[in-house]
Formats: sequence, structure tokens, C-alpha cells
Amino acid sequence: MTILELQNLKKYYATHKAVDDISFSIPEGNIFGLLGPNGAGKTTLLRMITGIFYPDSGNILFEGRKFNQLNDISKIGYMPEERGLYKKMKIGEQALYLARLKGMSRGDAMKKIKEWFVKFEMESWWNKKVNDLSKGMGQKLQFVITVLHEPKLLILDEPFSGLDPVNSNLIKDEIFNLAKAGTTIIFSTHRMEQVEEICNNIVLVNNGKKILDGSVGQIKDDFKEHIFKVGFDLMPDMMHNNGFNAFDIINIQEKYLTVKIREGYKPANVLQEILNQNTEIVSFNEILPSLNDIFIKVAGTKNHA
Amino acid sequence: MNKIWLVIKREYLTRVRNRSFILSTILLPLFFIGFIFASAYFSATSTEKQKVAVSDSNGIFKNSFQSNSLITYEFPADVNAANFQEKGYTAFLKIPGDYNASNDSISLISTKQLGMDAEDKIKDQIDDAIRNQAFLQNNIDKKILDSINKLNENGMYHFRTVVKQGNKTEKSNSALSYGIGYGSGFLIYITLFIYGAAVMRGVMEEKMNRIAEVIISSVRPFQLMTGKILGIAAVGLTQLLIWIVLIVLLSTISTSFLTPETLQHAQAMNSSMGAAANNSAAMNFLSAKNTFLSANWALIIPCFLFYFVAGYLFYASLFAAVGSVVNEDPQEAQSLMLPITMPIILSFVIMTTAVGKPDAPIAVWGSIIPFSSPIVMMGRIPSGNVPGWQIIVSMLSLVAGFVLTTMLAAKIYRTGILLYGKKVTFKEMGKWLFRKS
Repeated sequence: MTILELQNLKKYYATHKAVDDISFSIPEGNIFGLLGPNGAGKTTLLRMITGIFYPDSGNILFEGRKFNQLNDISKIGYMPEERGLYKKMKIGEQALYLARLKGMSRGDAMKKIKEWFVKFEMESWWNKKVNDLSKGMGQKLQFVITVLHEPKLLILDEPFSGLDPVNSNLIKDEIFNLAKAGTTIIFSTHRMEQVEEICNNIVLVNNGKKILDGSVGQIKDDFKEHIFKVGFDLMPDMMHNNGFNAFDIINIQEKYLTVKIREGYKPANVLQEILNQNTEIVSFNEILPSLNDIFIKVAGTKNHA
Repeated sequence: MNKIWLVIKREYLTRVRNRSFILSTILLPLFFIGFIFASAYFSATSTEKQKVAVSDSNGIFKNSFQSNSLITYEFPADVNAANFQEKGYTAFLKIPGDYNASNDSISLISTKQLGMDAEDKIKDQIDDAIRNQAFLQNNIDKKILDSINKLNENGMYHFRTVVKQGNKTEKSNSALSYGIGYGSGFLIYITLFIYGAAVMRGVMEEKMNRIAEVIISSVRPFQLMTGKILGIAAVGLTQLLIWIVLIVLLSTISTSFLTPETLQHAQAMNSSMGAAANNSAAMNFLSAKNTFLSANWALIIPCFLFYFVAGYLFYASLFAAVGSVVNEDPQEAQSLMLPITMPIILSFVIMTTAVGKPDAPIAVWGSIIPFSSPIVMMGRIPSGNVPGWQIIVSMLSLVAGFVLTTMLAAKIYRTGILLYGKKVTFKEMGKWLFRKS
């Protein structure tokens, strides 16, 4: 079932068109990537999905019905890019307050908070003030607060920014677990390498418009350039010549050869030509373009990490 | 509704459990009362004693001038304008033979200004001397003159003020009304600043902490704004209650220290220093402590509570709106606050007139227009002169007022709270007001 559908959304500001006629839909249980450079319109889109902003035109359908902030907000969890918590409030108390604002009962909220705190090894922080936390601890806390009320739709805006690898991994694992349990996750970022690891489907926006829409595999496939990487135990000398028919050599490393298959030829042709040289091939695989490369190609602008 | 209640509870508890709340609540009344007594004490002891050397060509002033603890007059023969200081005098008063001549006058010469008080006192002495001289020249016996001069009018008759409306007769005390009116107007004035600013700071905190976005995804901006305003209102009422209890306790304790002698001394100081309006109100207040309870509390207290709360609600939403548009720079807050603080200060100024003249047109209008009514009306009510219909109109317009300001503020708040980086002008805010929700 489609948990979220956006139809022809528009949001224009006086100076620019933040969201300019964007439509897409997200199936339930999907880990969905919303990508684009800074200023592309991602945050505005997310704020419309959570009901913080109202679209100038277009529809948002949540679980098949017109999105109604009052009713649906308890099923949505939103972690904005700008992390924010009351600095001087104690953590346990704050988590409880925010959970109750989402509509949870006190008892349920306390139970869930304790569970998550244990999972993230945060139990000892209960009475600490947010001020006293390190950045990584603060991010973990923010994540817990976002997922506490077991939302059906989880929206994470740049969730890994500022996290060290250990904590990033922790959050990544939790995202997978939640998805497995049926939560739909919208993951917004301009870090393409993270997307490749995590997302099932993606939508790429730039300048308020939708540029790409589809599953990660399918998009990479669409943009493939027939580049293959051949691995050798020992690179034969003749490889340094470029006298092959089926392919062009793009890059030579100590044990690897990167080749681009010429028009009209197939991977099998490449293999044959190389094998004819009486060499030992250790590996042979396709190099699909990274989403970063695709993005640069499509958006034509430098994608800053 | 439930969500607003959650916000109210949180806003209230975080502030009330704060150490600074407890400190300010208990210390402020202590400071206030201490301040009143200290200023009375200091102004008495720090007044410089004046020693005036008088040169009296006519010889009529010598017997007339009365020295007291603060100004002494002496008539040495060898002191003049050049040497009075080295001879140990703070001033030299030269009275020439013909002090009305255009080229000659009574001159008070000193090394630095004696100040209005001392100069007034000296002038009083000169007036008395000239009047006495006139009496003597008209053949009034000196002994009779002396005995009349010694009369203390205050001890010769009893004065009371009574207000009669129809068949009702009530003892009245204008000075008391003045004091209570001024006090309650002042209290509301301070409250608006303190709690209005607290609302603004709370809103700014949420914006700067970036927690606004997290909360706005759970509650409507309007719920967050009103929850905050009401929560802080509860803090204010709690603080007011504690203050009232403390002040009642402290005044009962302090009156036992206020012996008749100290009271007399205070009155003597007052008469020798010249009567500033505030001082006389304060002195009358102290001496009328017993009649304090006779004031019209049945009207004053409910009205005070109403104007305290409604006045706060009127201005708090404006403070919230301002807080929501401020960016990282707290200086911006100061300049945006100005259009809100101006009416409050203006109300206070109007109130100072209204307490003395409750029926003046400016007092009447000031007490009905919602911007100034909380402060000005409380200045008028203790006088008992305010017709019922005026109170009702004033209250209704204040209620309409705060409903309106809350609605307007909500529109600004909901946009401003999530807008970062752009400096917002008043024109921009005006646009938000008309943008459809």
C-alpha cells in the first residue's frame, strides 16, 4: 500500500520557487531517499509532509486519505536537520514531554523511553541536561525522541551529520530494523554514498523540480556506462597497449584494469579478448555509476558533500 | 486542548522549579521594603548640614531666622563674601539695606549649589522675617506675634474626609487611594515588563535552540504559543501570591519596629526636606496604616486580579510575536520591542496623573483603551470615583483587546518561529497578518 503520495505540490516564495510541481509516491515499508543539493527544496517538501508548511497548491495523501495534521501527526516522526532540544531540560523529562505531545500516554511513553535508552546505552543520562551531552549523545537522543511513539512514517533529515562512524552505524542498524518491522522511512540527504547503502527507492530534486524517480538499482542501471573492472593476479604487459576492439582502457592500476565497452560489443567479447592473451583473470565486474556521479551528470552542478 | 495543557504544565514547572525563580520571588519584596526604608534613612543622613553666615544691614532678620538641625544661621560681624568658607561657613547670605532695589538684591553666595531644598528653606525664612517685620511695623505686639508664630496648626483640629453618595456615607482617604492606586498600577507595570519579557525570551529560546521545528511537528503553533503564555501567567500569579504573603508578613513585623519616635523623626525629616509628592504619599501611607483596611478592598482586589491577568494576556502575545521573528541577534529584540514597551511606559505616565485626578479626561480615556487600561484603571479604582459602567466598558474592551492581539500574534508567530536568517521588518510582518492560513 502506498503510505504517502504527493500530487503536483507547489510552494512558491517571493524570491524563488522552492517546490515547483513535484509528484511521487512512497510504498509502505520502503526506505526512501529524498536527495538533492542544498537549497533544492528538500526541507520545504518535508515540512509540507509534516504539516508545518502548507502547499500553495497540490495534494498530499497519507494512507490514501487527504493529509490531516491533527489526526495523522501521531503516526509521523520527524527529525529535522537542525537538531533542537530544550537545553536546560533534563533528558528523561524532555523525552516524556515530547512523547506526550505526540499523543502517547504517560505509561506507554515511559516504557518506550526506557527500552530505547537501554538499547542505545543511555540509561545513565536520564537526569542529565541536554547542555551536558556531547554532540553524538545529543543526536542519539534526538533519534530516540523521533521514533519513540512508533510512527508509521519516519522522516529523517540528514540524520548522520556530525556522527562518528560508530554512532552512524548504530543509527543505520536501527533504520534497517525499523524498516523490517514495517516502518516507512524517508531519508533526506545530500550525501549520496549513504543513500546507496541504505535506500530502496529514491527521488532526486533540484531547483524545486523532480529530476529522478525510481529504485536505486534501476536508476543506476539507467545510467550505466558499460564500464567494467578486470582484476589480475599479475598484470600482463600487453594490457598497456590499447589495441583492443571490444573496449577502451580507461584506467590501469597495479592489479586492475578499468575498461569501457565499445558500442556494439558485449561483456563476453571483452572477456574473450582478454582471455585470448593467455592471462589469469581474478575478477570481472560491472562498475555501475555512483549516485554521486549520476547526480553530477544530471544536475550539472558540483555536489558538495 | 489536552496538548495546550501539556505545554502549560511544562512551561510552569520548568520555571517554578528554577532556582532563580525562588530567589527572585523571595528577595524582591525584601529589596523593595529595604529600599523604601534605606532611601528614607540615607536621604536624611546624607544631607549636608548647612551653616549660613548672614550679613543683615537692616538688623531685622537676626531675631527671625530659625536654625534647625540641618541649616544653622549665624550673624558674625567679620565674615564677608570672600572669607566665609575659611571661616567655616558653607554659604554667605548678604542682605543689603534696600533689598528691593533693582541694582541690589539679597544674595546667597556659596562655593557650590546648595540645592533646591536648602534654597527654598532659606527663602522661607526670609519670607517669614519680612512678614513678621510688616506685622511689627503695623504695631502688632511682638509677644502676640511670637505666640502666633509658634502655633502648630496640625495640633489644633481634627480633619476627616467623607464621601456621600445618596444615603451612603463613607470615610475616605485620598492619600490612601493615591497610594494604593499608584502601588497597584506600578505593580502591573512591572509585571507586564517582567513576564512579557519572559514570554519573549521563551519564544526566542525555542527558536534559537531549533526545538521549534520538532515541537511544531507535534502541536499547532497556536497551541504552543498560548500554552507558553498561560504557563508563564501561572508563574506570575504564583509569584504574586507569594509576594503578597511575604509583604503582609513583613509589614506586620516591621510595624512593630515602627515606634512613634521613628515615625516622628520620619515626619520631621519630611518637613525639613520639602514635600515631594511621592514622599508625602508614602508618609501618609505609613501613618494611615490602620485606615489601610478601610479601603474598598471588595472592589480593588477582584479588579486588580482581572487587570493583572488580562493586561498580561494583552501584551504577552505581542511579546511572543516579537520573539518569534528575532534571529540570532538579541539586539534585534530590543529594537522590535520598542513599539510594545512605549505604550506600557506611556500608560504608567498617564497613571501618575490619574491617581491624583481620577476624573481628568486623560485618566478616563486611559482607563478604557485596552493599551493603557490595566495600569491606568488600577490607578483610578481605589479612589472610588469610577462609575460602574466605565469599569465594565474597560473590562470588555480589554478582553476584546487580548483576543485580538492573540489572534494577530498567532499569525506572526506561526511564520516567524521557523524563519531563520532573514531580518524581518514590520512591513513583512504586516504581510503575514493578511496571508490566509
